[in-house]
Amino acid sequence: MSVPYAKLPRWVDYGLIPLINLIVAFLVAGLVVLLVGENPFDAAVILVKGAFGNGENIAYTLYYATNFIFTGLAVAVAFHGGLFNIGGEGQAYVGGLGLSLVCLAFDSVFPWWINFPLSIVACAFFGALWALIPAYLQAKRGSHIVITTIMFNFIAASLMVYLLVGPLKPFASQAPQTRDFLPGGQLPKLGWLLAIFGLDIRNAPLNVSFLLSLVAAFFVWLLVWRTKFGYEIRTMGFSPSAARYAGINETRIIIVTMLISGALAGQMGLNTIMGDQHHMAIDFASGAGFVGIAVALMGRSHPVGIVPAAILFGMLYQGGANLSFEMPEISRDMIVIIQGLVILFAGALEHMFRPTIQTIFASLSPRSTGLPVKAEAR
Amino acid sequence: MAEAAIELVGINKSFGAVRANRDIHLTVERGTIHGIVGENGAGKSTLMSILYGFYQADSGEIKVGGKPTEIKTPNEAIAAGIGMVHQHFMLVHNFSVIENVILGTEAEMLLKSSVAKARAELRRLEKEYGLEVDPDAIIETLPVGLQQRVEILKALYRGADILILDEPTGVLTPAEADHLFRILKQLKDQGKTVILITHKLREIMAITDNVSVMRQGTMVATRKTAETTVGELAELMVGRRVLLRVEKGEATPGEYRLEIDNLSVSDTRGIPMVKGVSFGVRAGEIVGIAGVAGNGQSELLEAIAGIRPASAGRVLLNGKPLDTKAAADPAQLRKLGMAHVPEDRHHVGLVLQFEENENSILGYHDQGKYLSGPFLDIPAIRDDAREKVEKYDIRPSDCRLKTANFSGGNQQKIVLAREMEQDPDVLIVGQPTRGVDVGAIEFIHRRLIEMRDRGKAVLLVSVELDEIRSLSDRILVMFDGRIVGERGPDATEGELGLLMAGVETKEAAE
Repeated sequence: MSVPYAKLPRWVDYGLIPLINLIVAFLVAGLVVLLVGENPFDAAVILVKGAFGNGENIAYTLYYATNFIFTGLAVAVAFHGGLFNIGGEGQAYVGGLGLSLVCLAFDSVFPWWINFPLSIVACAFFGALWALIPAYLQAKRGSHIVITTIMFNFIAASLMVYLLVGPLKPFASQAPQTRDFLPGGQLPKLGWLLAIFGLDIRNAPLNVSFLLSLVAAFFVWLLVWRTKFGYEIRTMGFSPSAARYAGINETRIIIVTMLISGALAGQMGLNTIMGDQHHMAIDFASGAGFVGIAVALMGRSHPVGIVPAAILFGMLYQGGANLSFEMPEISRDMIVIIQGLVILFAGALEHMFRPTIQTIFASLSPRSTGLPVKAEAR
Repeated sequence: MAEAAIELVGINKSFGAVRANRDIHLTVERGTIHGIVGENGAGKSTLMSILYGFYQADSGEIKVGGKPTEIKTPNEAIAAGIGMVHQHFMLVHNFSVIENVILGTEAEMLLKSSVAKARAELRRLEKEYGLEVDPDAIIETLPVGLQQRVEILKALYRGADILILDEPTGVLTPAEADHLFRILKQLKDQGKTVILITHKLREIMAITDNVSVMRQGTMVATRKTAETTVGELAELMVGRRVLLRVEKGEATPGEYRLEIDNLSVSDTRGIPMVKGVSFGVRAGEIVGIAGVAGNGQSELLEAIAGIRPASAGRVLLNGKPLDTKAAADPAQLRKLGMAHVPEDRHHVGLVLQFEENENSILGYHDQGKYLSGPFLDIPAIRDDAREKVEKYDIRPSDCRLKTANFSGGNQQKIVLAREMEQDPDVLIVGQPTRGVDVGAIEFIHRRLIEMRDRGKAVLLVSVELDEIRSLSDRILVMFDGRIVGERGPDATEGELGLLMAGVETKEAAE
């Protein structure tokens, strides 16, 4: 039986502990940089400057963050229902297919502001569809959702390869991608938003789907904490036996939760395809679905945590790219190592420093830890 | 007097605030079968776990064969010649018998020689004690009785002189149990010592030489089996606990609100736990179901509450039979006027991670007064929770506090407040005061009687005999999945104790 943790002040729980984890991650990453023979302080400065140094850098950071907000929210919603959706990658990938079909069909017909809502619906529908089968198998047959969603990532990859070298590839093209969308299939950039702060985004692809991701974050908060359905999701996630007692239909919760999760993951394509590349290329999701898992873990599955966690990972992507450019000794792979360390300390080892901090707080001021948790002997 | 195989001197063991064993003295004579009886939670299993090295006593001494012995791990217990057969078998299901027997004692890199040695040894044990079992059979293909035999073989193979059996007949058919008893007698004849933990008095009378009775963590008596009676043991076991009796008037029962007709229920493994039970509960009365834990009461309660499917029979609510869909849907049952306080508030009745106010709507969260459209009406929910906190004196009086931070008694009040304030026609209650402090017990009892006086039908399941006797207007006793008797509230403890031990049914059958 796990020993329940005593209560900590909220700012420690949600602020100090993640910060300490992050600092430790960067210290270890610094050691790695040192091993490669570069100065870790210089590297850190380049990383941060590369992510936030000027308008263009900030816009790039937020552009990457947009992807991770969508996938992070997707993982978080499922997580509240006790479901570990590892399939964000595949759901994002297939979601992109939905939007591409809309854009290919209507980019010459409608302006972007009509195609945008159509694409949102298409992404949601296709993403949800990709989550439906694992959800059904979990709810009705007990097939473990972790396994099935991983498998569906592979199936998605194969399906998209088939489509992008076959039916969706323009005739006589050599590249495994769709044709370029016309302006009706392109989202406007958010230059005006950063211009308010006197920043210039130049060529960075930050676009309106960033705003959509913030709306989605609010929607997730509303859903999970303010609706009857969210209440049922959380009851299921915390205690399936209590949910059964409360008359909550387990099958329905599993399936609908996963549909919402898949729909959220599916939105990721809006940012990358409609917002930046203006065509669907092979492997456009490039791991964003997996980063979403780390983002959700680090953000404690709460939108208020997920948005900053996504921006942190956006920073690592953008700043990391700059770093490998300015310090050739540090390759792209090194950046992946640093990201891995952040995931390790902020996600997997989340509770490593907790007992120590707990003891410190208890000795400093017993009051601040609030009521002791009753550990009942059975 | 014969030589003592085991002597326990002044054993104490606490888990947090719960004193599971207090100052236990026990002497088990060599070459005897010694029974230890007591209700669930009396501390029998804790005591045996200390002897077998799973737990360590806070204080006290263990002597094996007269020598003080420290037993810190099961391995040290085995080295001292103590073997244990657990209630839930510790076997590897897809291994053969012989593989299970040698598991953990394989001496060499390769199994072959160990297996050969074990085969010879098994043959010897088989001949000596009549423990026949095919050494190459796979465990999961064997019936439960044979699996248990493998557990016994495991202990003997490790050189056990003293064998502890924890509720060995719980999973056995009567024929298998009889066979087990023959084996135990044979072990005794060969000079082994057997300690038998059980709450079934019939078994104690049938095969033990001596019997010790535990109650609430203390050893209350040790008797020679030949010199005691089932009645005396039952009374010792149940004891006379001091509990404030809540004043109550005469019941004025009205119409039948809840009728159970020939209901049968199986547990998750498919073993029948409730076997064709019929009874009714009228408006304005409390019907108590007494029984030693594990005789089907929990399953009965869950089936009525729609959490566990019934394998046969009907439930009638307000005279109308529940359709099969409603009978398996707690939400539907709530709408029809049935409220349920479950036995396990930690895992079933509450979500401990929720705030108090979130738990105060669990199961009723689809009622209009808590919702506005698809959204939760948070102010309404909190106001409602605050009202209940006040009315039921839930402390601390903070409806935003996490439920895990309330004490057991206050958690139970949260559940009771939620279920009672819905003003149901039928209230079914399981173990309402388990793990609850004395002050809260009285409060909860008062509330239950209030419900009755307001004309509600209350069905109460409890293993606390005192609780049953002080609250119930009619007492039904369950034994082995059946209702074996009905008594009025003035039934004596001894009388109920006998029924709970299944004594009357046995006499009636003979």
